[in-house]
Amino acid sequence: MSTSTISRQRLAPILGRTARWVLGKLGGGIFVLWAVATAIFFGIRMIPGDPAEAIMGGPGSQASAEALAAARAEYGLDQPLYVQYFSQLWRLATGDMGTSYSLKTPVAEVLGELIPPTLVLAVLALVVAWALALVLAVLSTRSGAVGTAIASGLEIVSAAVPHFWLASVLIMLFATALGWLPPVSTSTPAGLVLPVITLALPLAGFLGQVMRDTMARAQRSAFALSARARGESEIGVLLRHSLRHAALPGIALSGWAFGSLLSGAVVVESIFARPGLGRSLLSAVTARDIPLVTGVALISAAAYVVIMALSDIAERLADPRIQAS
Amino acid sequence: MSTPKPQLSLGDPLLTPRPAPRAPRGGGRMRRIVARLPLIISAAVLAFFVLSAIAPQILAPFDPLAINPVDAFSGPGAGHLLGTDESGRDIYSRIIHGSRDSLLIGAAATAIGLFLALVLGTIAGFGSRWMDSWVGRILEVLFSLPGLLLALVFIALAGPGVGTTVVAVGLTTAPGYARMIRVQIIALRSSPMVEAATVLGRSPARILTTHILPNALAPIAVLGTLGLGQAVVWAASLSFLGLGSPPPAPEWGAMLSAGRTYLALAWWMTFFPGLAIVLVAAASTVLSRTLSAGAKR
Amino acid sequence: MSNPTPILQVKKLSVAFGNSEVVSDVSFTLTPGECLALVGESGSGKSVTARSLIGLAGPGSTVHAESLEIGGRDVRGLSQRAWRTIRGAQVGFILQDALSSLDPLRLVGKEIDDALRLHSTGSGSQRAARVVQLLESVGLDDPVTRAGQRSGELSGGMRQRALIASAIALDPMLIIADEPTTALDATIAAAVLDLLGTLRNSGSAMLLISHDLAAVASVADSIAVMQDGRIVEYGSRDQILYDPQHPYTRALLAAVPAGKPRFTKLSPTVPANSSPVLRAPEATPDLTSVEHSPVLVARGLSKSFAVDGADSFPAVSHVDFELHPGQTLGVVGESGSGKTTTARMALGLLAPDSGTVTLFGEPWSSIPEAQRRARRSSLGAIYQDPLASFDPRLSTGALLADALSQGSTRNPRNYRDKIAELLDMVGLDPVLASRNPTTLSGGQRQRLAIARALAPNPRVLICDEPVSALDVSVQAQVLDLLDELQQRLGLSYLLISHDLSVIRHMSDQVVVMRAGAVMESGATELVFSNPQHEYTRSLLAAAPTMVPGRSA
Repeated sequence: MSTSTISRQRLAPILGRTARWVLGKLGGGIFVLWAVATAIFFGIRMIPGDPAEAIMGGPGSQASAEALAAARAEYGLDQPLYVQYFSQLWRLATGDMGTSYSLKTPVAEVLGELIPPTLVLAVLALVVAWALALVLAVLSTRSGAVGTAIASGLEIVSAAVPHFWLASVLIMLFATALGWLPPVSTSTPAGLVLPVITLALPLAGFLGQVMRDTMARAQRSAFALSARARGESEIGVLLRHSLRHAALPGIALSGWAFGSLLSGAVVVESIFARPGLGRSLLSAVTARDIPLVTGVALISAAAYVVIMALSDIAERLADPRIQAS
Repeated sequence: MSTPKPQLSLGDPLLTPRPAPRAPRGGGRMRRIVARLPLIISAAVLAFFVLSAIAPQILAPFDPLAINPVDAFSGPGAGHLLGTDESGRDIYSRIIHGSRDSLLIGAAATAIGLFLALVLGTIAGFGSRWMDSWVGRILEVLFSLPGLLLALVFIALAGPGVGTTVVAVGLTTAPGYARMIRVQIIALRSSPMVEAATVLGRSPARILTTHILPNALAPIAVLGTLGLGQAVVWAASLSFLGLGSPPPAPEWGAMLSAGRTYLALAWWMTFFPGLAIVLVAAASTVLSRTLSAGAKR
Repeated sequence: MSNPTPILQVKKLSVAFGNSEVVSDVSFTLTPGECLALVGESGSGKSVTARSLIGLAGPGSTVHAESLEIGGRDVRGLSQRAWRTIRGAQVGFILQDALSSLDPLRLVGKEIDDALRLHSTGSGSQRAARVVQLLESVGLDDPVTRAGQRSGELSGGMRQRALIASAIALDPMLIIADEPTTALDATIAAAVLDLLGTLRNSGSAMLLISHDLAAVASVADSIAVMQDGRIVEYGSRDQILYDPQHPYTRALLAAVPAGKPRFTKLSPTVPANSSPVLRAPEATPDLTSVEHSPVLVARGLSKSFAVDGADSFPAVSHVDFELHPGQTLGVVGESGSGKTTTARMALGLLAPDSGTVTLFGEPWSSIPEAQRRARRSSLGAIYQDPLASFDPRLSTGALLADALSQGSTRNPRNYRDKIAELLDMVGLDPVLASRNPTTLSGGQRQRLAIARALAPNPRVLICDEPVSALDVSVQAQVLDLLDELQQRLGLSYLLISHDLSVIRHMSDQVVVMRAGAVMESGATELVFSNPQHEYTRSLLAAAPTMVPGRSA
């Protein structure tokens, strides 16, 4: 009886906090999407020249008069600006992202095909990066000052390596010279190896730096000393205590990490000729295919918002010290 | 002692200042030199590239644009230190001459990024709660298009080119810096140091100019050093994707882009310009870390 | 000490890191049921000694001993694997600051269970039952719930108890406690010490490490005083407390403020270059008779803080006090008592929700900051962490120049003489003017903070925990300095501390606070010799005293 009242008393504020958190995240996410769409909408119109021409690929595209007229009609460019703006927002809100100029297909359809391959690439790279970072952190912690120095050097260099150069070097080594792996990302698992490694290595460098720091701090902490004094072995201290602490910053950074993977996917997908969001964004940018650019931007912004919310939840689950704020 | 909650409010882990590994206790002179080796090497690398940006003719034996078809695709060796490209141009000389464009683009982009960040971070740090939350929202929007994506969207709107690249990279790097400056200012505002100055009778304006700003701006030097390396990488990435410097110019990213076609034939065309980028980025990371450790004490 | 088989025998233990020896020739023995206190200030090597007894002196250390026996077993040169069978099972280790000594990410029950799991073969449910039993035995209410919480959800005292539970899980014959009560409020520290005392009574030997001679005096049977890695004096509790032979032991005992009347010097030597103390006992009453009206008065001060945006909790409610000229008003209270909030309101840094502060009879808290600024020079402040209150870019001299010139210059050369005078007044060598405060010791930093606070010639000084972070002997010097300055300059102090003995030694008037409210106030000796409020009595009972025969 008394326990149920206690738990209800405890539950009520938690539920209230959760509701506030969900509403806050939802509102923030909608704001981000609205801001991205708005910035692009007004961005096109701020550039000197005919917006219809801009939408159809800029002044260099030499779009036909009919195409320009069609674009004007589709985007209602003859109407007052606010009408255009709100009808554009309404279209986006109802999921209609227009038709890609360069591909001549609805943007939503194009995105539907592009998301899965990019997602596979990014998730695999994230997993590999985490594994590498943790291994590096553990190995350097176990091997003293020299190991730490080597690990630190490796991390700095791998974090500084640009994706495009790493990809080129890997292709030269494993595709051209050794012939072990295909230089182009085919649909086979072997075709995924080089792109995943290219994306994962620099990220592993970043994550490794942060995780190694936290792990070293945990190893020196009073609770680790207490555990040793209790009879815990070094491996036990590492597995039961330090590893969890090292994972925390990794979790907190995973939103950022996913963003950097999306960004890296632009380069990696282009080099390895792999279909995906990044490569399509690049060709859309080159062709100045604004509807497609808007679509990719909105999708990645939405992905970012979702990932940030997920990593927030994961952080709270992993670290009970974080209270709702 | 409170629980060590890792500082993770920043977008970029590199922006979190970390203390440099302390030299082992009681070490001799040799040990101290070894501990400082990364710093010495980094400073030397950056000095080399800055010199080559200022006076490339001193370091470069060949004209970076001189076409010499006879020498095309010669490998690294005695004649051409790092080999030649498809038109027989000397790669080493092109890297030396390219450092001016690459470093200038990087420096300009960093300056734009830091300036934007300073404006946003200062408004958020000093402004009302209302202003702070709006700057936070703007930063969230910028963060939602991470890295190259923001730059690409910007280029899609403004068209490709060197100027656009500079602004695009600046825009990309700004939110991370802004968040850090904001955190710095807020921490200083409520610090015991400011409280002590208030008790001594200093006015808020005086505290701002003599205590908060100087202490908040010191880390900007660190950020700038770090940002330079990052900006060089971003700018080269855009050039590599064909959106930055046009082909004949000896810009590092553009050189890599050109070398890509001949990857199987002449690896040195891709390898060495990329190595220059890696060196600059890694050296600036090491240098900024040492600076921040020194500033923190 | 008559028992022939010692639980712990240490002979000529030395520990070195690289070339520097931090522990030298340390010898002592512990018999069953005995409690030995190892007392020393920071850097004395006491913690390293304790850790080397369980083979955890730290990376890069070399440990030598003529003999090192635990339960008759020679533990010199043991492998880590062999050590692990001793740690936790035969030796229980309790560290200071349980917040960081229990893994904040793990359940308290799991931490205790680790000790059982690592050494015994009991089933999971047996161990779970034992964990609950252990938590109960260390005096935690609702042990089942506690086992399922993390250390962050427990209070400081509960955490320390849980940590003790994990150390005694396997009934070790030796318990080593390294500063087990340092981070705790006095009443809670007393309870934890009592708990440790009962453990010792159950037959285990105990090694108690502390910086605070007074705190351990009530439980220890014998005491070893350490200085610079050596034991300078070792004997029974009564020998050390009442017949100290070594000058360092005597200095330590003299430094303890407990039971020392007002204006008794706590530090043995006058700093070499400080000017002679002009003791003018009649000067103080003179001052009071000239100025009858109090310098700083608080009436009905209240302040609430919002928590989580919605609820607000009262940090301070209806606090009254009067600070009289040339006197010290002590505000004593445990953590969360609202004493620092009170200080911030007195300083005009925080506006009270209701109530007023008046300074020299004129409104202080109710006027705009711009008007307050003109009068701020009459009110100074020093803090627990002086370094944090200094601009990190300024040298010692620049800090003082800044304070002397009302912030218009930071060039120490413009005020060379005045800076030298100020430094000399607080017992610092004027050559330190060119140094950066980070290179100064803790005591020197606090002296510098006092010098800076005195630069504008204030008449009132608000001191918020000014000696809490200092070693006992340094604390004694700083307290003596504050006394001396008060007499010389006729200053009035509002002294805030959690340490009852510091307050009692320093104050003329005292305010006892708890949970934001004043429990009792009045003339110090009246309040403490005849406490009216129950809370004051419990504080007094918890405060360490060194009366003969109190040993349990």
